Amino acid sequence: MNPVSDLIKDLADQHGRNRHNLLPILQGVVEQEKYLSEYSMIEIARELDLPASEVFGTATFYSFLEHQKMGKYIIRICKTITCSMKGKNQVLLAIEDMLKIKVGETTPDGNFSLLQTNCLGFCHKAPAMLVNHEVYTDLTPEKVNEILNSYLKKK
Amino acid sequence: MATSYQLKRADFIFKNENDWEEVLSKSFSRTPQELINELISSELKGRGGAGFPTGLKWKLTAEVEADTKYVICNADEGEPGTFKDREILSMVPFKVLTSMAVCGYVIGAKEGYIYLRGEYFFLLPELNKAISEFEYYCKETNIDFTIRIFMGSGAYICGEETALFESMEGKRGEPRNKPPFPSNSGYMGKPTVINNVETLAHTYTIFKYGAKRFYDLGVQYSRGSKLFSVSGDTPKPGIYELELGMSLADFVEEFGDGDTKAVQVGGASGFLVPRKRFSETAIGFQGKLIGISLPTGGSMMLFNSSRSMFNVLDNYLEFFREESCGQCTPCRVGCQQLLKGIKAVKRGEKNARYLDKLLRLTETMKLTAKCGLGQSVANSFSSIVENFREEMIY
Repeated sequence: MNPVSDLIKDLADQHGRNRHNLLPILQGVVEQEKYLSEYSMIEIARELDLPASEVFGTATFYSFLEHQKMGKYIIRICKTITCSMKGKNQVLLAIEDMLKIKVGETTPDGNFSLLQTNCLGFCHKAPAMLVNHEVYTDLTPEKVNEILNSYLKKK
Repeated sequence: MATSYQLKRADFIFKNENDWEEVLSKSFSRTPQELINELISSELKGRGGAGFPTGLKWKLTAEVEADTKYVICNADEGEPGTFKDREILSMVPFKVLTSMAVCGYVIGAKEGYIYLRGEYFFLLPELNKAISEFEYYCKETNIDFTIRIFMGSGAYICGEETALFESMEGKRGEPRNKPPFPSNSGYMGKPTVINNVETLAHTYTIFKYGAKRFYDLGVQYSRGSKLFSVSGDTPKPGIYELELGMSLADFVEEFGDGDTKAVQVGGASGFLVPRKRFSETAIGFQGKLIGISLPTGGSMMLFNSSRSMFNVLDNYLEFFREESCGQCTPCRVGCQQLLKGIKAVKRGEKNARYLDKLLRLTETMKLTAKCGLGQSVANSFSSIVENFREEMIY
């Protein structure tokens, strides 16, 4: 059996099998798998006895529920106004240069994915980014190099 | 018309959380009617930006007969330039939890939820710890109220209350038609009180000190203090608690960098105020007699003369285009066309008069969009295009 199916069963046991439990289950799968495959969505639909189209509809609405395979660390850099004004582009260029990927891409070793996101709520410490759930603020090209290096060492 | 109002600092929100047990038991010893009256006489209005009277919201929900009701704390703080709710939840979580339980007592709800935006996932461990401590105390003192956290997943629109209910029900975060209002039919179709994090923190102050202490702050129609999230071109970005009713000129005097060209009040869905209007603009809810009064969820973004207002508007429209839920045409297509339109004017593919067409489009969106998102795009669009027209063209 596909390990995703086990995961989905566990999540459904934990959260429940009602429609209002759908989002926590989707989030649980993304947390583990780093994305929602078509297969997972169909499995979730089966487990919750919902039309697969409904699961797909919900899953594709939310920007944090990815549907292509993401890297181990997802970098989301804020592109909303204040971060933009305070040098987001320089930071973004530094990341692209360091990881040799563009926005929307994943490093070939599957470690990092680079995305842009809307306001993270750290405008007073702009520019800001998330690496998975971790927040980094007051970014500069130098600082972002250090941060990503610490992740490179971690793996 | 300059107001003589000075900037007044207040310090309620982040103080005095330690006596939450006392505030909780004191409130539970009063009748729901007394508590509602206390809130109504404080004239507290919702701090998320819409400014609906909180006491009235609780009263309406209390009056509906139902076997199940819910209390929801809206922590889906997504408006660009706002970051106060996170600070409240991490610094004084017990204030919010206490107010939720009191609200549950007043309206007859036994379940509370905090809808926390996905970006604030890192708050979870601390917040869950606070909740278990709080629930333990409730159990000890025979208060039947549970609180759960529901995580969002990165959708600005879910801060709109009915979209938030849809999201909690496992659906796409698409706003519902109103009426019915949440007081009659909210989460799972049950009567629901949904309050912003800061609103709940203020009700704590009111239950602790009484309505008068709160009412004495601020000005007519805009009572009390409010947290302001200050960012942009300012030497001191951060969160400040100020009395409502201040003049924007005083605000800029305090927080500006000496070269402030404009201030965006209320985030991307709010209004841009150019320098020449600072002194006639007050920060508070509508209804003030002198000058213009702008409501805000607390987002104050300052821009100095090095900033291009075209870039600012371009950034906002990009934001709205991505965050529009897409269910109603005026908002879905409107946001796309506005963004395309200003770019075309800038490149000279359309002449300057095209901006007037776009302004009419925002008027249509204001009238026909289903929810606050589509309706409020007109606010920033028209205030920027009308005041900085030349920057849009050249």
